[in-house]
Amino acid sequence: MNQREHKPILRYNANERTNHWIVAILFFMAGLSGLALFHPALFWLSHLFGGGPWTRILHPFLGVAMFVFFLGLVVRFWRANFITANDRLWLRRIDRVMLNKEEGVPPIGKYNAGQKLLFWTLLLCMLVLLLSGVVIWRAYFSHFFDIGAIRLASLAHAFAGFVLILSIIVHIYAGIWIKGSVGAMLHGWVSRAWARKHHELWYREVTGDKPPPVPGRKEG
Amino acid sequence: MASQDIIARSATTTAPSSIRQLEEVAKLIDTTKCIGCKACQVACSEWNELRDEVGHNHGTYDNPQDLSAETWTLMRFTEHERDDGNLEWLIRKDGCMHCADPGCLKACPSPGAIIKHANGIVDFNQDHCIGCGYCITGCPFNIPRISQKDHKAYKCTLCSDRVSVGLEPACVKTCPTGAIVFGSKDEMKVHAAERIVDLKSRGFDNAGLYDPDGVGGTHVMYVLHHADTPRLYAGLPDQPVISPLVGLWKGISKPLALLAMGAAVLAGFFHYVRVGPQRVEEDEHPAPVDNSVHQVDPAVHVYDPTKPGGPGEQRP
Repeated sequence: MNQREHKPILRYNANERTNHWIVAILFFMAGLSGLALFHPALFWLSHLFGGGPWTRILHPFLGVAMFVFFLGLVVRFWRANFITANDRLWLRRIDRVMLNKEEGVPPIGKYNAGQKLLFWTLLLCMLVLLLSGVVIWRAYFSHFFDIGAIRLASLAHAFAGFVLILSIIVHIYAGIWIKGSVGAMLHGWVSRAWARKHHELWYREVTGDKPPPVPGRKEG
Repeated sequence: MASQDIIARSATTTAPSSIRQLEEVAKLIDTTKCIGCKACQVACSEWNELRDEVGHNHGTYDNPQDLSAETWTLMRFTEHERDDGNLEWLIRKDGCMHCADPGCLKACPSPGAIIKHANGIVDFNQDHCIGCGYCITGCPFNIPRISQKDHKAYKCTLCSDRVSVGLEPACVKTCPTGAIVFGSKDEMKVHAAERIVDLKSRGFDNAGLYDPDGVGGTHVMYVLHHADTPRLYAGLPDQPVISPLVGLWKGISKPLALLAMGAAVLAGFFHYVRVGPQRVEEDEHPAPVDNSVHQVDPAVHVYDPTKPGGPGEQRP
């Protein structure tokens, strides 16, 4: 192993990391204040925000801020999230991925199919949350809409919030499960070995490395 | 009001304090006797100390134009032309219907902000109200209003403060024609039945009582000349129900969604316990090699496949 092998790779720069964590913090604040109104069993969460009325006042602003900063992530990362043929194969081999078995799992680029699906799911949820949230924002906008739209928006908002929270639970667990990925978002760097193991095509792209020679076959 | 007679409480999943049983009350509004004098509106505003903004005339007798946080009851006037060419002036005193199955209470996310008393009165407790307006979303009759001053929801209380000490609601007390009467729900049904017999004998074949089943019956009931078409009366719903969207939004889906979120967290935890983390085999941060010391582990045999010869030849 030479010295170059130990040099880590920058996966996320400071602006990308900052943007991600602003969205994460806003997600937690909007999510917890939303859950306070989601079910009576979680109404106590409203105390985190200064009581019920403050929860009601703050929640939509937190949500809009989350959406705006999430758009920043979309602009930064949407190109890396197109689904490819390899991704379909990866999804078919999801059972092996889940069991930490790499054989037969195709090499992937900057993001695997799970991450890409998460990206598009989050974008869809955020759009539904924003649009339905405006309709049920009683203080400023609800009087522009009829009662049928408000009822539908209330249901859509709760459903999109539910899907979003479920997706983020998966996202957070993936970070805990795949060692090294939280570091990528905290300080930005990943080891070469990590990049090669989890995102081989991306590793080759950023390092210019050629694919490893297949035994018994000549490179040409 | 006393807190021992609460039979339903918003955003509460356990039984509220409901030891005290009361007879169900009802207000019966006989639209066929109403002359549209608005004394009930004035009495309501007097008793409840409500002074709405003075509005503008929009070319109808409706004054003010709509219910508001400071107008809890409102005469709605409809000019209805019958098939035979005769004009009927239908006047309906609008306000909270005090449903047996209140949509507002079902939709409210704040514990105790909406309560239903054993006597049937549905009351808002503004002290617990957070101002989200979900009660408006849940109400099949479009009754609650959010105040622009304090951002709390308000509506007719059926004068719960008066009823609790044995008085009739203010609107009932003031009505000069006896079009509004108050008593036990059973008595009011009997009274309505007598009125309906009388109306039918006068040619109103479709006269009837408005006590809609879709919301479990109401504690404000109407005698209508045209009970077959309640919508004639300024859009009174023909068959009011809590919207199925609200039912889905506030029904079984919420506890199931909570369960799913909890299950997702547990699934992650047990995945970690059973399958374990994904680690990269190479050390991410190898200790710096001290080249001044040549360490040899006799158990390690170095083998370089690019060089000829077997592994034995490569031993240091």
